[in-house]
Amino acid sequence: MGEDATDRSASEDRWRAAYNAGTRRDVPYETMSGVPLEPVYGDAPFPGQFPYTRGIHPGMYRGRLWTMRMFAGFGTAEDTNARFKEILRNGGGGLSTAFDMPTLMGHDSDSEWSEGEVGRAGVAIDTLADMEDLFAGIDLGNVSTSMTINGPANIALAQYVAVAEKGGVDRDRLSGTIQNDILKEYQAQKEYIYPPRPSMRIVTDMMRFTTAEMPRWHPVSISGYHIREAGSTAAQELAFTLANGFAYVEAAVAAGLNIDEFARRLSFFFNSHSDFFEELGKFRAARRIWARWMRDHYQARDERSWQCRFHTQTAGVSLTAQQPEINIARVALQAFAAAAGGTQSLHTDSYDEAHALPTEDAARIALRTQQIVAHETGVAMVADPFGGAPFIEWMTDEMERQAEAVFAHLLDLGGGSILEGVYEGIENGYFVGEIADAAYRFEREVNAQRRIIVGVNAFTEGDNPEKSLLRIDPTVEEIQLKRLGEVKQRRNSDAVAASLAALGMAAESPDTNLMPATIDAVKTYATEGEITRCLSEVFGTYTEAAIV
Amino acid sequence: MSYRNRTIPELVERAIDGDNRAVGRLLTIVERGGVQSEEVAALTHPQRGRAHVVGITGAPGAGKSTLVGRLLAEYCRRGHRPAVLAIDPSSPISGGAILGDRIRMDDVVPEGTFVRSMATRGHQGGLALAVPGAVRVLDVAGFSPVVIETVGVGQVEVDVVAAADTAVVVATPGMGDAVQANKAGLLEVADVFVVNKADRPGATDVRRDLELMLDLAHVTGADTDASGAVFRPEIIMATATSGEGTVAVVDAIVDHFEHLHISDRLERRRAGRVRAEIRSRAEQELLDRLATMLHTGELDDIIRDSVASHRSPVQAAAEIVGRLTGNH
Amino acid sequence: MPFGGVRDIYRGGNRLSPAQTPERLRVVLAKLGLDGHDRGLKVVARILRDSGMEVIFLGLRQTTSSIVAAVEQEDADAVGLSMHNAGHLTLGPKMVRALDEAGLDVPVVIGGIIPPEDERQLLDAGVAAVLGPGASATEVVESVRSAIVASRG
Repeated sequence: MGEDATDRSASEDRWRAAYNAGTRRDVPYETMSGVPLEPVYGDAPFPGQFPYTRGIHPGMYRGRLWTMRMFAGFGTAEDTNARFKEILRNGGGGLSTAFDMPTLMGHDSDSEWSEGEVGRAGVAIDTLADMEDLFAGIDLGNVSTSMTINGPANIALAQYVAVAEKGGVDRDRLSGTIQNDILKEYQAQKEYIYPPRPSMRIVTDMMRFTTAEMPRWHPVSISGYHIREAGSTAAQELAFTLANGFAYVEAAVAAGLNIDEFARRLSFFFNSHSDFFEELGKFRAARRIWARWMRDHYQARDERSWQCRFHTQTAGVSLTAQQPEINIARVALQAFAAAAGGTQSLHTDSYDEAHALPTEDAARIALRTQQIVAHETGVAMVADPFGGAPFIEWMTDEMERQAEAVFAHLLDLGGGSILEGVYEGIENGYFVGEIADAAYRFEREVNAQRRIIVGVNAFTEGDNPEKSLLRIDPTVEEIQLKRLGEVKQRRNSDAVAASLAALGMAAESPDTNLMPATIDAVKTYATEGEITRCLSEVFGTYTEAAIV
Repeated sequence: MSYRNRTIPELVERAIDGDNRAVGRLLTIVERGGVQSEEVAALTHPQRGRAHVVGITGAPGAGKSTLVGRLLAEYCRRGHRPAVLAIDPSSPISGGAILGDRIRMDDVVPEGTFVRSMATRGHQGGLALAVPGAVRVLDVAGFSPVVIETVGVGQVEVDVVAAADTAVVVATPGMGDAVQANKAGLLEVADVFVVNKADRPGATDVRRDLELMLDLAHVTGADTDASGAVFRPEIIMATATSGEGTVAVVDAIVDHFEHLHISDRLERRRAGRVRAEIRSRAEQELLDRLATMLHTGELDDIIRDSVASHRSPVQAAAEIVGRLTGNH
Repeated sequence: MPFGGVRDIYRGGNRLSPAQTPERLRVVLAKLGLDGHDRGLKVVARILRDSGMEVIFLGLRQTTSSIVAAVEQEDADAVGLSMHNAGHLTLGPKMVRALDEAGLDVPVVIGGIIPPEDERQLLDAGVAAVLGPGASATEVVESVRSAIVASRG
């Protein structure tokens, strides 16, 4: 007991010193009614202390609020460029790019696969010319760009580097994140191109490349969001995501990187769903598990390698098409859970997204929602405001227990390696099977009215179908096809062929990093589809076995 | 005009002319059984016999569908026109099924290949009746080989594969498959073994175990194939996901078929198949009649007599068998 | 009263019933195009299975021609498509036309993210039914069943 007290006071002293050393936002630290507030309440370990259950920074949001990140991307590159400039004019420093489905799958706009999908769910990028349009007039040395792309991530990153360098910005000044989390594609989002092992080679090549040449770039954002959207439980989202994180660590170490060189630039992306307490337990457990495994299992020495930094998005799948305006309330509660859970950045969904991409009005309300959470609720005053509550601590332990059971299973599958266990789990359908089971169980509960979804299976009066939806101009496809045709006309086709041949050779040689050859290829205006085909001739393609 | 309203002879004629829709429709009819399926059998049976019938089985997760997809692609490359019957279990509760084998073949199988998914529909015996009829339809429609793919778990599934011209058993490392194969009697029926996932650790162990079992086969009499000829199955190492070993597997299947063409082995094997079908069919017919008689009450007097101790249940049963075979 | 019914002898469920077995509706389920959201499709597959139908699950990244081939070979009674890519106004009618051109009188049911105002346009283009987000299991089964019944006239 006495020892605990000493420990506690030593921890507290260390925490207070760290807290005092940090910067603080200039706002009154008191309640609405003027009651003064401490930066944290309860027991050690405190925020900023291992295992970071209570947050990764000593002062959490007193130092800086979470980043309010909103996603943009539709139509042609020029359309999205206009939206980007508007975001920058309004004081935003971060650009988030959504790509259309053909781009995400490595197909050009003129592929037969692309019909009807060009520029629909995001922006269409076929060649470097489109990437140039996308960032025209924007100083890439002064913005942080997030690109949500996985299968062809090497191509998108190469195009971004090429645009910057053509504009006189060196690659080591570029700051941003590329999602590049290929493992969850096989498990949940299904936007894969090549089989898992060659895909992982691309990821590790990118990790090596950015570690050496782009120190401000985050090469992987390990995403549980899509796992949850595909129907997993909270604990599965937590476990599969962190397991994928461990898998990337093992792969990068196997590729010769030092863990403390790259681990601090890994970040996570979680879902914030509607069960408030479960979500809170999940966020807290994520930090604790990552810290323990990174320190004890993988022997990382740098504290920053132990800290689980994550972005959060509210649960798109929870949005109802019925009475869409009530989604605003859902999003607010989910945003509150993310903030109470200590997220580093947050995207709030728009209420009309059950039907289509958000309208500008709906996107504004979504942003306002998180501003209300940040500035009016008091959640940003005190770090880990729910920490120490018996229920919350129990929920955190329970999430961790369930996740550890999954890790044990994967270690078993992989003969002691999480990476091999993840490969095996992908191949034998473990992940998709577990997710499909959970999704079906939930659906049946809703159908049997054992679980109430307001507006769907209860309280259904008052539905007035939404009329004003965002419409993508149907001529986008035509414009993009014309543009692609022109680029193909203009470029030097011998240079394209030569660069693709070199890329193919690089792919054949497992020890050659693919990034330089990819950058050379995009600079010749080789299309994304040409590059993808060139690589799939070496790597093959992937089809999911049916696990329903 | 909807194919549901076409007559059976018309459908058979169209199937022979290469109309896949007619083939698809005939398979539905065969699967449902009943009078219409008898008509299909009557029309197709005399014309059968051109197709090489290949059965493929193995434990769940052995990668059979992916392997089958690769084999089909290889057959197409060699100028054949293959078809597959992919058999999956029905839900025992609802009777419905999710049939997902097409996906695994989808990627590699060229156009022109015929893939039909078939559910067991809860009656294992039904499979023994439906599969020979379906194979006949595909045979008559000009497909060869006709591949039957089943999960090697139930006796009926194993029997269905064993009744093929060539039976292929798929094993994988790490599942104790060799032992399982032995238990399920797969060892005796296999004409070709495929060790799939050969890139995994333990694949050579599986091969060694199979070799050992085959070495001992003369003791158990398992060294003769279904036609009575002495035959040692080949063991082929393959990795279906990459396509490695596909050519060797097809070679081994073709070699076995050639082995069957020596003297009258093929005829004897196929005679065994007809005999098995007749037996299943006759058993079914007798059981159907018995069920009908029990249902209509026409056996009540005999049963009542036995209940009243006028005759033993053994005598009652003998009497009923007499009636069953005497009538009609 | 007869002693024992059909059930007695068929106990164990391993025998085919005497006459024809009841018809089982067969439905081809697929995602048309590139979009990878297959949660809904998988849930619908299970719903249909649990209602006694046979689902031929094609899953992701199908083309109209791969679906037409499956319908022919599998003698399917209906096609269910799931769309979350905002491409339904192009791809839905394209599917209907492809089946039509192949002479297949098989209804197409579309589910996924379909704005209510697009529903009319899809129905006019020959789509048999549109299931919005949040359709219940009963609605799913009923719409497939009635689409099949209607297609048979």
